[in-house]
Amino acid sequence: MGNAFMKPLRDVGIVGYGAYVPRYRLPAAEVARVWRGGEDVLPITEKAVPGLDEDTVTISLEAARNALARAEIDPSEIRAVWVGSESHPYAVKPTSTIVAAAIGAVPNTQAGDWEFACKAGTEALQAGIGFVGSGMAHYALVIGADTAQGRPSDALEYTAAAGGAAFIVGPREESLAYFEGSYSFVTDTPDFFRRPNQHYPQHGSRFTGEPAYFKHVLSAGRHLMDELGYTAKDYTAAVFHQPNNKFPERAGKVLGFKPEQMKTGLLVDKIGNTYAGASMLGLTAVLDEAQPGDHILVVSFGSGAGSDAFSLIVTEPIRERQRKARLTTQYIAQRTEIDYATYVRFRRKLHMH
Amino acid sequence: MRDVSIIAIGQTKVDEHWGKSLRHLAADAILAALAEANPGRIDALYVGNMISGEVAGQEHLGALIADFVGLRGVEAVKVEAACGSGAAAVRLGYAAVAGGLCDFVIAAGVEKMTDANGGEVTAALALAADGDYETSQGLSFVSINALLMRRYMYEFGVKHEDFAGFAVNAHKNAIGNPNAMFPYPVTAQAFAKARMIADPINLLDSSPIGDGAAAVVLCPTEMARQFTEKPVRVMASAIATDSVALHDRHDPMALQAAYLSVQRAYSLAKITPGDIDLFETHDAFTIMAALELEACGFAQRGQGTRLAQAGEIGIDGRIPVSTMGGLKGRGHPVGATGVYQIVELVQQLRGEAGVNQVKDCRIGMAQNIGGSGATVVTHILERIG
Repeated sequence: MGNAFMKPLRDVGIVGYGAYVPRYRLPAAEVARVWRGGEDVLPITEKAVPGLDEDTVTISLEAARNALARAEIDPSEIRAVWVGSESHPYAVKPTSTIVAAAIGAVPNTQAGDWEFACKAGTEALQAGIGFVGSGMAHYALVIGADTAQGRPSDALEYTAAAGGAAFIVGPREESLAYFEGSYSFVTDTPDFFRRPNQHYPQHGSRFTGEPAYFKHVLSAGRHLMDELGYTAKDYTAAVFHQPNNKFPERAGKVLGFKPEQMKTGLLVDKIGNTYAGASMLGLTAVLDEAQPGDHILVVSFGSGAGSDAFSLIVTEPIRERQRKARLTTQYIAQRTEIDYATYVRFRRKLHMH
Repeated sequence: MRDVSIIAIGQTKVDEHWGKSLRHLAADAILAALAEANPGRIDALYVGNMISGEVAGQEHLGALIADFVGLRGVEAVKVEAACGSGAAAVRLGYAAVAGGLCDFVIAAGVEKMTDANGGEVTAALALAADGDYETSQGLSFVSINALLMRRYMYEFGVKHEDFAGFAVNAHKNAIGNPNAMFPYPVTAQAFAKARMIADPINLLDSSPIGDGAAAVVLCPTEMARQFTEKPVRVMASAIATDSVALHDRHDPMALQAAYLSVQRAYSLAKITPGDIDLFETHDAFTIMAALELEACGFAQRGQGTRLAQAGEIGIDGRIPVSTMGGLKGRGHPVGATGVYQIVELVQQLRGEAGVNQVKDCRIGMAQNIGGSGATVVTHILERIG
């Protein structure tokens, strides 16, 4: 099969999905008010900020419970709980064991944390497709969640946000949407990174655009569509990693997608860049409104750098499952605006020693 | 002294060349020039560059690039004069040929700026200023030019909008230059609303950060026709200096080094400003274009912005300026910029400037400025084809 797209031995799909977005919102204009400059070119309207008692574990768990509610399965049948994030609460000790225990998936399960910047969650999803597709597992729970931090005054502070999404991968026969195929495009491209003991990541400014985001997103998306023999017109909806408004809009346009195909999955303007959660939350938003037969393209991006691309077809049972848990748009609409000072307290940015 | 001509030119597009290193860019330009005309022997290579040590992690460019383009063994050195490095390299190449030390010289300029982040590049560019008295006080290069522009507006009652024509003209001309970084138009309205960088200098007053390389091959005029049908003769090459620090100048509103170097050049070429058919200014910021036009005798003191309109500086105007986009539209890979200006003059004088061709041009001038005016290099070229 060479470098062609990937497809497991047995067909798999998503049997349950769930979203979670914290309720607090910091307007980008509020960041601009404090730090000055850039008011004329704000990258988004506002971003989701986690409360004092929220972290990647709680976000993952909320999303996982929503996924279970839609899957209607016994959690003890889940044979993998994999959480992708760049903001795991512990440097050593898995997020995934906490989530697995809390939903009742222990002890007969894999558990592990994944790291690949903003594509850690979709990397776990590729693995989940393989794990279930090989027959080693009946169900695998994969999650992408983050409480991303941007250095105060940095361009990232306007967008670095919190949120996550969970998907239970299982046999196609039980699925709400099944995978036609997937593909990953990876190079060693140091556009964004964080060293151990550094609190904030470093980024390569404009280098994060053309040679990083666009090269990988466009390559992955184009390759998968070519392999499947599709063009943009064949899709109902497309979701791209969304660090700001501009990047996914341009990537979609280059691949031939129209704004109406991207509208439902483009959440960044209202919740910011939820990193590992970003493209996966875009997919939950699309699934919330999907009709059987809909055709969905998802392309993630993780700095470092790589993109995972997935092509899905929605199945009949989705109609009765969409309302079994809170919708992505309901989380987005549940909004408490905070000012920069509250943000500083919530994100513990003042060090008093 | 021997008469000197340019027999070949080469350039890369000014761009964010993420996939190319400094040496590859330099090689692209040099090999393009040698593909135009190769005398079969090169006696020396002069490489104009300003900040390779700070932002590209590389000094010792003479030997590095000579080796990389297959000239191992040749005399080769880097020439540094801040943003005036490129034309300074051309000047040294000219001197070597004119003085009889060399017959065939490559003068190149290269800058690879995008491997560093914006803050590092800003800090590196500020090294052109006076380290003890300017940079150490926190002045960046934009802020030094902002001080000049603010004072100019105050002294001469000029408004910010009066500078718009320079940016509009540069971008308009960049559209016709396939090697330009910003080949799209800007309007006076966009100029008025552009984002502030260092008051009063906004985004559209300023040239961009980019990567690029350009090269010319020089030889004695008497040999030039062996290698090209369209040699372009160097009528004059002159460098003059001023105080590096702005506050040390008796009259900051007069670019004294620009005046001195252009007067030397006019004298060497035995011409007056009225004989110049086009002028490549160093429009790193719009204020510099205005000050240069005054220093070079095209406008009265304080009246440079009156020329910022199509009828004056446009391709068909009285004195076409930034005819291939200038620093604003073509881009400003600092140490390479002075060579780009010479390359573009040669394109114009050969009649190879495409839609940007200045009609019936015979004499062109380029002025490359280092720092806020401390080093100014003026070249006047003539078509002899």
